[in-house]
Amino acid sequence: MRRTLIILLLLCATANLVHAQDAPSFRVLRPIFDETFHEPPAPGTPGPRENWLEYIDIAALALALVIATYFALQSRSRRGLLLLSMACLLYFGFWRKGCICPVGSVQNMWDAFLHPDVALPAIVIAFFSLPLIFTLFAGRTFCAAVCPLGAIQELTLFRPVQLPTWISHSLGLFRYVYLGLALTLVATGATYLVCSLDPFIAIFRFGGTFPMLVFGATVLAIGMFIGRPYCRFLCPYGAILGLLSMLSRWHVTITPDDCVNCRLCEDACPYGAIRPANDTLPTESLPRSRTRLAGLLALLPALVLSGAILGAMLAQPLSYSHKKIKLLHLLQQEGLEAINDATIETEAWRRGDQTYEELVEETNEIRRSFRSGSIFFCSFVGFVFGAKLISLSILRRRKDYTPDPATCMSCGRCYKACPIENERLKEKNLRP
Amino acid sequence: MHAQKRMLSLPSRNNMPIARRHLGTTKAQDVTIEAKNKETAQDAVNRRSFLKELLRPAATLAVVGGAGALALRAKPEDYVWQIDPEKCTQCGRCATSCVLSPSAVKCVHAYALCWYCDLCGGYHQSYTQAPDTAAEHQLCPTAAINRTFMENPFYKYDIDEDKCIGCGLCVKGCAAFGNGSLFMQVRHDRCVNCNDCAIARDCPSDAFVRVPVSQPYIIKEHGKEA
Ligand code: SF4
Ligand code: SF4
Ligand code: SF4
Ligand code: SF4
Repeated sequence: MRRTLIILLLLCATANLVHAQDAPSFRVLRPIFDETFHEPPAPGTPGPRENWLEYIDIAALALALVIATYFALQSRSRRGLLLLSMACLLYFGFWRKGCICPVGSVQNMWDAFLHPDVALPAIVIAFFSLPLIFTLFAGRTFCAAVCPLGAIQELTLFRPVQLPTWISHSLGLFRYVYLGLALTLVATGATYLVCSLDPFIAIFRFGGTFPMLVFGATVLAIGMFIGRPYCRFLCPYGAILGLLSMLSRWHVTITPDDCVNCRLCEDACPYGAIRPANDTLPTESLPRSRTRLAGLLALLPALVLSGAILGAMLAQPLSYSHKKIKLLHLLQQEGLEAINDATIETEAWRRGDQTYEELVEETNEIRRSFRSGSIFFCSFVGFVFGAKLISLSILRRRKDYTPDPATCMSCGRCYKACPIENERLKEKNLRP
Repeated sequence: MHAQKRMLSLPSRNNMPIARRHLGTTKAQDVTIEAKNKETAQDAVNRRSFLKELLRPAATLAVVGGAGALALRAKPEDYVWQIDPEKCTQCGRCATSCVLSPSAVKCVHAYALCWYCDLCGGYHQSYTQAPDTAAEHQLCPTAAINRTFMENPFYKYDIDEDKCIGCGLCVKGCAAFGNGSLFMQVRHDRCVNCNDCAIARDCPSDAFVRVPVSQPYIIKEHGKEA
């Protein structure tokens, strides 16, 4: 009985083998059909979106920026900004499905800067530079109403809770860390981090992988109470816009008239961007602040240096974000021979024709770029922390309540909070 | 109403006893410090705005110049994602990694390479001996392939792209048992051309490449037979 079973099993096994190996035996020769009967059709090639349509996108972006700037600085209309952000959310978000957006374009620009063979379509260049140029002249009006990621958070902010200043300052530093990390991963060819961690893309496309949806929902849920968490604590483009906005020629003001220091606008900004007047506060003596500044200036190189050391140590773990390094690791675990429960990565590699030596060579190259990238990245973070300390230690005197150009989204919420501005707008509207 | 309440609780702007206590200065000292502060503050404001006026043109130049230089250096044409069928190993990630569901990747049939098999490696389960259209004999999980009789013993196979989820099972089957006339392609009527294609990121075979918009497909031209 047992013998028959074994023989049967063996037979089954060989039958399977025979079937797999001699499989082509059931193939037939290519048929020759009468042309009038059947001509093998060419595979269909439905084309991509028309190229010229991207110039409409660029024009739409430029127009939206002009209108946003007009609403924020000239007509000072919060309602106008709200309507515009809805329109931009619909167009750039839901209609254009969120790609390409200025936030992600930072990576393309950096990639093309480092790797000359990378293609850089006109729309990417325009989406990257137009908001920057507007910001240099008018502050972050792009964030006010044009950016679809900002708009979706702006429109879902229901019950703003103020964060303590020190928390938003510290969390805000994370934008630079994120920017540095993203650029490092682009430089090493690992991934476009900002695109893969875009919280809203799954919402714009009504679908996506489960983690993407969960992440998007989480950011939106937090954003119902804490204003624009993505913009303030993550957005790498926002970090650049903030820096440029500090140089802006014009910028949103709470009121164009004189501030009477009534403090009514203090809580109006959900993003903690309003800086109170402080010119009546006596300062500490000059020598003391000079010593502190000197100390911090000396600390800066120390921070950069320790960043570099940390970076050298982080290079190894960071390199696992690259799929070739992951592959090599998996292969070393599995061995080179084919095994049954191989991962998709190793199985695909075994089917390819790269030799193991070539793979090792390739990964060594990648590891080297991770080493320099990581050192550069961590020193950059050290520099950012030092610069932040220095900027915090310098007391700027302000007679008025003013929006901080770096963090102000130009959303216009504070206009209505200012009694002077309310009077002014009333008068302006009464005039025929 | 609300506004009035807030106004009443305002501290007077010149009422600074707490701060003075903190710094330990006398009132007379305060007056001089305040006067000095006002001067230095005015100086600082002037200095800052002067710096701003200098830095803004520099930054504008950097943005415009940098973007312009990159624009001149980079290839002018736009690019889209496509699969190189020679590299694809039909791992199945195309079905699951795309940001769209169902995926923008579909199976495409190069009829010119097809053997029009009776028992099709792409259509039938590999254990099937009965070349028919019974659902349990079909390889495709969504029955996206239509099989039509041509003439004995030849059958034509058409992909219904609305049903295809891009799993690659049929492509793998056809490559193993047929001439390899089925292959995977990004369908550009569906693909939204993500900046960073989610499948490209996950593809274990580096089969995703960027191709010029003017030639958005890589149609398979050679089967297994020479
Ligand atoms: S901070 Fe970033 S995400 Fe937010 S509105 Fe500005 S560019 Fe968009
Ligand atoms: S992910 Fe890559 S290897 Fe897998 S089926 Fe798609 S193109 Fe082919
Ligand atoms: S570019 Fe986006 S939509 Fe197109 S195949 Fe890749 S993930 Fe799917
Ligand atoms: S087997 Fe997969 S790839 Fe082939 S037609 Fe069906 S769904 Fe599409």
